[in-house]
Amino acid sequence: MIQIKDLHKSYHMGSNSLHVLKGINFTVEEGELVSIMGSSGSGKSTLLNIIGMLDEADKGSYTLDGVVIKDLNEKIAAKYRNQFLGFVFQSFNLINYKSALDNVSMPMYYQGLKRKERTDRAMHYLEKVGLADWHHHLPSELSGGQKQRVAIARALASEPKVLLADEPTGALDSTTSYEVMELIQQINDEGKTILIVTHEDDIAHMTKRIVNLKDGVIIKDENVNQVKAKAHV
Amino acid sequence: MFNKERWNEILEALNANKFRTFLTAFGVFWGITILVLLLALTNGLKNGVTADFGDFATNSMFMWTQGTTKPYKGLPKGRYFNYKIDDVEAIKAEVPNLKYVSPRNQLGGFRGNNNAVRGTKTGAFEIYGDYPEFIKQQPMDILQGRFISYSDINAKRKVCVIGVDVIKGLYDKDEDPLGTYIKINGVNFMVVGTFKMANSQGDNEQDANTIYIPFTTFGQAFNRGDRVGWMAITANDEVSITALKQQVFDLMKSRHKVHPDDERAIGHFDLSEQFERISGLFSILTIVGYFVGILVLASGIIGINNIMLIVVKERTKEIGIRRALGATPGMIKGQILQESLILTILSGMMGVSFAALVIWVMNAILDNAGPVENFANPSVGMQVVFVALIILIVSGLLAGLIPASRATKMKPVDALRTE
Repeated sequence: MIQIKDLHKSYHMGSNSLHVLKGINFTVEEGELVSIMGSSGSGKSTLLNIIGMLDEADKGSYTLDGVVIKDLNEKIAAKYRNQFLGFVFQSFNLINYKSALDNVSMPMYYQGLKRKERTDRAMHYLEKVGLADWHHHLPSELSGGQKQRVAIARALASEPKVLLADEPTGALDSTTSYEVMELIQQINDEGKTILIVTHEDDIAHMTKRIVNLKDGVIIKDENVNQVKAKAHV
Repeated sequence: MFNKERWNEILEALNANKFRTFLTAFGVFWGITILVLLLALTNGLKNGVTADFGDFATNSMFMWTQGTTKPYKGLPKGRYFNYKIDDVEAIKAEVPNLKYVSPRNQLGGFRGNNNAVRGTKTGAFEIYGDYPEFIKQQPMDILQGRFISYSDINAKRKVCVIGVDVIKGLYDKDEDPLGTYIKINGVNFMVVGTFKMANSQGDNEQDANTIYIPFTTFGQAFNRGDRVGWMAITANDEVSITALKQQVFDLMKSRHKVHPDDERAIGHFDLSEQFERISGLFSILTIVGYFVGILVLASGIIGINNIMLIVVKERTKEIGIRRALGATPGMIKGQILQESLILTILSGMMGVSFAALVIWVMNAILDNAGPVENFANPSVGMQVVFVALIILIVSGLLAGLIPASRATKMKPVDALRTE
């Protein structure tokens, strides 16, 4: 699903240049649930942003679902993001003046779906994350765990190939974290490819494979025995 | 671009901060209100001033005689002369492009003595000897009967057409003046018509205080013979009387043995020239109105531009989210532009409506309080509304342009990172 070869990325701040990714080689198959770990500054978020086409690599190749991601202009990047990817963020990033239903509908709006179809599909995914009854609530009226579940529903709504989650549990207490992870595991069990960036060990062990990043290189990449989040809840 | 979904998005965004939206809109609202009001007031001033010209055909001049100031062909200077009725025929024959040449004679006038008698009632009126064409130069509403006709002229009938104030002065209420007789300077005239000035203002008292009788009758009854007091000459619409008048003067000078360079022998008043001068003044006033109005509007537009920049800055993260979810820069730009457009047009149209209300109130007050000198019926035409609309659309786009490009300049990843 994802093939990354010799990926480099540096940031320039004035005269200083910061080499964040120093040659990443990395492949994800369809249906995998991968966590990317590392301390802050290890480059894990940068990697996820490049995979998410929110940022561009300086060097190296990136193929997503057979499509070479290269020399994107913003318009095409937006189209690919919309088609291939669903994002889940640490800070949820819901639009605060839109109801849960409208938030979930938004990617489909950009896909150009009709209103009725959007609403139907959004309701379907809200049901899936267990928040159908909350569809008319604004984000400010939801708890953190609920917000993240709305965000997951939104990420799923565009029916992406890959779900990218940047510290999805970073702003949640452990009980809610496990609830969210249970949902993520459930979605993965249904066959969706999911990448999670995290620095929490227990969260990482709820995935099937852990990639460890340090100073811009992968130092460890291993399959692990998945801990079912259900056990903790 | 103009689908329902986009509209909902925009209304949602504008509704998210109602008070600010309102304040922003107010700048444009105020600007367009002032623009429209300025134009309306200019128009009111113009209406008021041009009303002083009355309805007299503006492409006209009046021409009379003054004493000569140069000796010529053995005739001394300081000689007085009169136009004759055959001068009229000569002008008509020799000067092309003239529409009407009306010779006129007058009795009475400013502070005149009583000159009309009916039974026990008397009055001082202005009595004119005129040709039938005169009603085309000076439009008036015939209330009863008719105006002077050519058969009156030819038969030198003693008939008259009287103004409403004459009726007031010489008749009892509910009396029918048609067919009755009025004695003017001792000569009886039958009333064949009554008139009032068409939508006149200010001077209507004087205008309606008038009696018209056939020119030929006037000459005979009041011992003028074939002399002509003065002439009212109107040119065809496509030619200015100002361009033609010299030909008329030259003709008159040669017919009356006046030195060709004697500028003061013939007096005239060029209505067209005066009217052009006033129209020119008001064209400039209108331009000033637009100029000042657009400047005021510009500050409103800058307000919108400013607030849209703030909105874009505030919504940097939201824009980042939208882009992460698949919004193209074009969509984001389109939305910002459309927001600023809607804000501008909506508030602008509200401004136009408000200005219309103010104009309406002004007119209502004017109607109730009676005419004000040099000011009447402030109003703007539909074309002003369209011009305003175009100005609003253009300025709305301008106001949105910078914020829209600002909105998509940041990389989505940086936009997402802002708090």
